[in-house]
Amino acid sequence: MSAPAPTAPPQRTGAAAAPTRVLRFRDVAKTFPDGTVALEGVDLDVHRGDFVTVVGPSGCGKSTLLRIASGLSPASAGLSEVDAQRIGYVFQDATLLPWRSVRKNVELLAELHGMSKTATAQAALDAIELVGLRGHEKKLPRALSGGMRMRASLARSLTLDPDLFLFDEPFGALDEITRERLNDELIRLFHAKGFGALFITHSVSEAVYLSTRVLVMSGRPGHIVDTFEVPFGADRTPELRFTPEFAALAGKVSHALREGHS
Amino acid sequence: MSAPADARPAVEEAAVSAPTTTLAAEQAATPGAPPVAARRRGRRLTDLLLPLGVFAALLGSWYAITYLVLDERRRFILPAPHTILTDALFDQPTMDKLLPALWRTVQVTFTGLAIAIVIGMVWAIAMSQARSVERALFPYAVALQCIPILALVPLIAFWFGYGFNSRVIVCVMISLFPIVSNTLFGMQSVDRSMHELFDLHSASRLTKLRKLQLPAAMPAIFAGFRISAGLSVVGAIVGDLFFKQGQAGLGILLSNYSSRLQGPELFLTIFVAAGLGFAVFAVFGWLGKVAVGRWYDQSRDAG
Repeated sequence: MSAPAPTAPPQRTGAAAAPTRVLRFRDVAKTFPDGTVALEGVDLDVHRGDFVTVVGPSGCGKSTLLRIASGLSPASAGLSEVDAQRIGYVFQDATLLPWRSVRKNVELLAELHGMSKTATAQAALDAIELVGLRGHEKKLPRALSGGMRMRASLARSLTLDPDLFLFDEPFGALDEITRERLNDELIRLFHAKGFGALFITHSVSEAVYLSTRVLVMSGRPGHIVDTFEVPFGADRTPELRFTPEFAALAGKVSHALREGHS
Repeated sequence: MSAPADARPAVEEAAVSAPTTTLAAEQAATPGAPPVAARRRGRRLTDLLLPLGVFAALLGSWYAITYLVLDERRRFILPAPHTILTDALFDQPTMDKLLPALWRTVQVTFTGLAIAIVIGMVWAIAMSQARSVERALFPYAVALQCIPILALVPLIAFWFGYGFNSRVIVCVMISLFPIVSNTLFGMQSVDRSMHELFDLHSASRLTKLRKLQLPAAMPAIFAGFRISAGLSVVGAIVGDLFFKQGQAGLGILLSNYSSRLQGPELFLTIFVAAGLGFAVFAVFGWLGKVAVGRWYDQSRDAG
C-alpha cells in the first residue's frame, strides 16, 4: 500500500543513524466546511520507537488529528507527511465483520492488500498468537468479549506489520481491568515490533502509562498546549501506576490539561 | 513474546465462564427444582397445545355457524369443514383441476419471484453506489409501490396478452418493491467506520461491495425476500383472477368456484393458495437462516 499523504508525497529523509521518522505534521490546520476550526498550528513528529499519546478533552480535535494522519481526511493547511510503508489504524470500536470468524477477520487487511493465501494465513496465525487469541480463531465476533474483540482488531492491523500505528481511543469502551490488561499487551507489542505509534485518549493515566511522549491538547481550535517526555523504560508493570514518579508526571499532565482547558 | 502474556487471555476466558459453571452446579444440587430439560419439554408441549386449542375453538365456531346460524340452502357460503374434505379434497374431478392449476401458479410465482430478485437487487446495488443514481431511480421504486398494480393489469393484458408472460409481469411488479427497499437499506446501514477501514486500505468499489456491503446487507435482503415471497403468490393469483382466461391457475379456479357457488371447492382452493403462500415464505425464511443465521439473530426483525 502506498502511504496516504494527502498534502505531500512521502519522502525518506534523516541521517542513517537516527530512527526513521514515520509521521511529520508542520503547522497543520483543519477547518470544516461549516467554518469550524478544528485544528490550528499542530506540529508533531513520530519516529519508529516513539509512542506518542495525545490526551485532551472530548471534542478538542484529537480524532481529527488522527484522521489527517491516516489520510481519511485532508488537512486544510500545513504539511502532513507520512513516511511509512504500512499504516495500522485501530478504531474506537473493534470494527470486526460479524459474519467472519476471528481468523477471517484478522486476514481481512492482508486480503485487501493482495497478499498470497499462504502468506495471509501465516500472518494471521502469527498475529492471533501475538495478541493471545489462539484457540478462538473459529469464533464469531459476537461470541467474544469486548476485550477479545479489541485484541482481534489489533491482530488484524498487526498482519501488515505496520511502521506507523494510529489508535483512536481504542480502549475507551472497555472496563478498567480489561483496559489495563490491554495496555500491558500493547506495551509488549510496541517493544517487540518497534513501530511508531500515535495514540488518542482522554485518560491521563493511560497516556502516561503507555507513552514515550505525551502531548496535551486543548480545544477550540485544537492545538497542542504542552509536551511531556515520559522517562519510564520498556519494563513497565501495573505497579508503575502507584509510584510517586508516575503520580507526579500524571499530575503535571492533568494540570496542563486543566490550564489548557480554562 | 513472554510467557505470562500467553496466560492472560486464558484468565479472561475463565472469568467469563466461571459464573455459569457454578450456577449449573447449584441447580444440580438443589433437589426440589425441576431439571432444566424437563421444564423445556413442558414449555414445548404448551407451545403445541395452545395453538391447537385455538384451532379447536375456531373449528367449533365454524360448525356452529354452518349448522346453527345458516339456513340449509345458504350453507354453501360456509360449508362444514368436513365437506371440504369429502366434496373437494377426496373428489377426483376437483383434484384433477386443482393440481394442474396449483402447478401453473407455482410456476408463475417462482418465475416472477426470481425475476423480481434479480431486477430488485441490481436496482438497489446500482442505487447504493452513487447518490445521484439513487436520486434518479428511487422515485420509480416508490412509484411502483404507490401505483395500484391492479389498475395496470388490463394494460398488461392489452400489451402482452393473457398468457404466462403477463401473469409473471404482474407478479414481478407486485413483489419487486420490498426487495429493492430492503437491499438498499441493508447496503446503506453499514457503519461509517467499516467503510473507512476499507478506504484506509484502498479497497476498490467492487471489493467493498463484495466483502462489505453485500454480506452486511444479507439479513435485510432476506427479510425482503420473505416479504416478496408472500407477495409473489398474491401477484400470481391476482393476475390469474383478473385475466380469467389463458392457462387456468388458482386464481381462475377461485373465480369459477365462487361464481358457481361451489363452497367446498372454493374453500379448498383458498386453503391451497394459503398453503402455497406459507410454503414460499417458509422456504425463504429457512434460506435466510441458512445464509445468515450463524451470525445474525433473525428474531430481531419483525418479518
